[in-house]
Amino acid sequence: MKITIDQVKYVAGLARLELKPEEAEEMAGQLDRILSYVDKLNELDTSAVEPTTHAISITNAFRADERRESLARDKALANSPRQNGEAFVVPKII
Amino acid sequence: MELYSLTVHQLRKMLSKGAVSAVEITESVLARIDRVEGRIGAYITLDRDGALAQAAAADREIARSAGGPLAGIPLALKDVACTEGLRTTAGSKILESFIPPYDATMVAKLKDAGAVILGKLSMDEFAMGSANENCAFGTPHNPWALDYVCGGSSGGSAAAVAADECLASIGSDTGGSIRQPASYCGVVGLKPTYGRVSRYGLIAYASSLDQFGPLTKDVRDCAMILQEISGYDQRDSTSVNIGVPDYSAALGKGVKGLKVGIPREYFEEGVAPEVAAAVRNGIDLLKEAGAELVDLSLPHTDYGVAAYYIIAPAEASSNLARYDGVRYGHRTAAPDSLLEMYNQSRSEGFGTEVKRRIMIGTYALSSGYYDAYYKKALQVRTLIINDFKEAFARCDVMVSPVTPGPAWRIGEKNSDPLSVYLTDILTIPANMAGVPGLSLPCGFTGAGLPIGFQIQAPHFGEERLLQTAYALERELGIAGRKPAAL
Repeated sequence: MKITIDQVKYVAGLARLELKPEEAEEMAGQLDRILSYVDKLNELDTSAVEPTTHAISITNAFRADERRESLARDKALANSPRQNGEAFVVPKII
Repeated sequence: MELYSLTVHQLRKMLSKGAVSAVEITESVLARIDRVEGRIGAYITLDRDGALAQAAAADREIARSAGGPLAGIPLALKDVACTEGLRTTAGSKILESFIPPYDATMVAKLKDAGAVILGKLSMDEFAMGSANENCAFGTPHNPWALDYVCGGSSGGSAAAVAADECLASIGSDTGGSIRQPASYCGVVGLKPTYGRVSRYGLIAYASSLDQFGPLTKDVRDCAMILQEISGYDQRDSTSVNIGVPDYSAALGKGVKGLKVGIPREYFEEGVAPEVAAAVRNGIDLLKEAGAELVDLSLPHTDYGVAAYYIIAPAEASSNLARYDGVRYGHRTAAPDSLLEMYNQSRSEGFGTEVKRRIMIGTYALSSGYYDAYYKKALQVRTLIINDFKEAFARCDVMVSPVTPGPAWRIGEKNSDPLSVYLTDILTIPANMAGVPGLSLPCGFTGAGLPIGFQIQAPHFGEERLLQTAYALERELGIAGRKPAAL
């Protein structure tokens, strides 16, 4: 096995997902199959190959440092599951 | 002939002559939707009143000899494109009631061109899928054979065009999600060069691969829609600031002397004989029309799927971190803590395939695995790009099948995600390399399922794609064929 149930649970925690025990088990099997397939990348020697993140090379895309209109507060808040007209409201953190 | 069955360019001609009104066209398409949508299921949200109001506005513009190049033409959009004031779900329960406060740049451009937006089309959740079976709001049916998948992730976009439920549509393509469903549903689908069309307002899956593009009834319509959505946008820092050519002007150029590359790996194992035969027939027709055939090799083709299923999930795991129940989207009822709110909201809101890809991506990016998976995949991406560079040094376009086989029966591959992933083997490389690709209907299987012909070109070679596709479309003579199942 490339990935154990404990690893699945650990990764789920990192990804902020909660998996039911049967979901974790099924996920472990599927991830194992997928990662085993991905292992075929190791057939290739890439020691002298640069990684590519974007196919079209783009240097820094700067714009003039000018003030511009942004989304109005009421519009920005409109889709929030909980807000008080001024801010997003979340459970107490501290 | 019913109005809904015509093409964009035919109706534009009729509109400008005053032979028909935009409201009549929209009413015809809405009546068609009423008749067939129960069997297709292409739409997630239909904006009947909004569409009729936009059509009436288009008629007023046309009456005073104004109106853009798409004035009065009813289109529909994959539900991954943000539309101001119109619900946008990305096919996910987590965005079930999301009403965007702004239009995607692509949408704003279509509206500026006068297009009428009918509504939002079905898709795999967050564009993750190849059959449109991962949509939280149901699986659309292939208009050519109702028990079969439409392909994905832009399944609704392809089905709606094939079923005449819109004149043309927009999809998005991250690993084949425009070309593959276009091929399965017998319509034209084009994935532009990365950076050609702004991604601003495209709900992100894998940002280095995603691109909007048109799905249409024929190649001329494809050129018309691409014309309107292309161009630099300062709101998308990856959009490229080079001029947009006149795509329709490229159509009549023919293929005489055009160097057409045939990558041998695209015809190897796994390609169904019926698919290979239909594509070979298309190649023969190009040759008879004067194209020069060049045998080529893209030796890393077989590694594309493996690299993709690291890179795309890695980007997705980062992009989808924004769904935390705070600013938009689903929030779990009465969470006790912030962490519980995150965990529960995401677990309740995301579907299985999305969770699977977030997990793969998080794993590949996690400490200790980054070099082995993510960096390795990015290096293989370089090798794939080099393959394309070498190939395009020897030819103007490359042609191949779009997919190894035709559409499959709904539910047939549900238990095996990897077998579905592998159907993207011939479309993923274009996304990896950022090059444009087009799917053109080139025939049918014995069972009556459409087969697609893929054309790929170098970066910003959309004119050559359209030129080649238009020539082949005329030689094939099957454009305009309609599904008998409806």
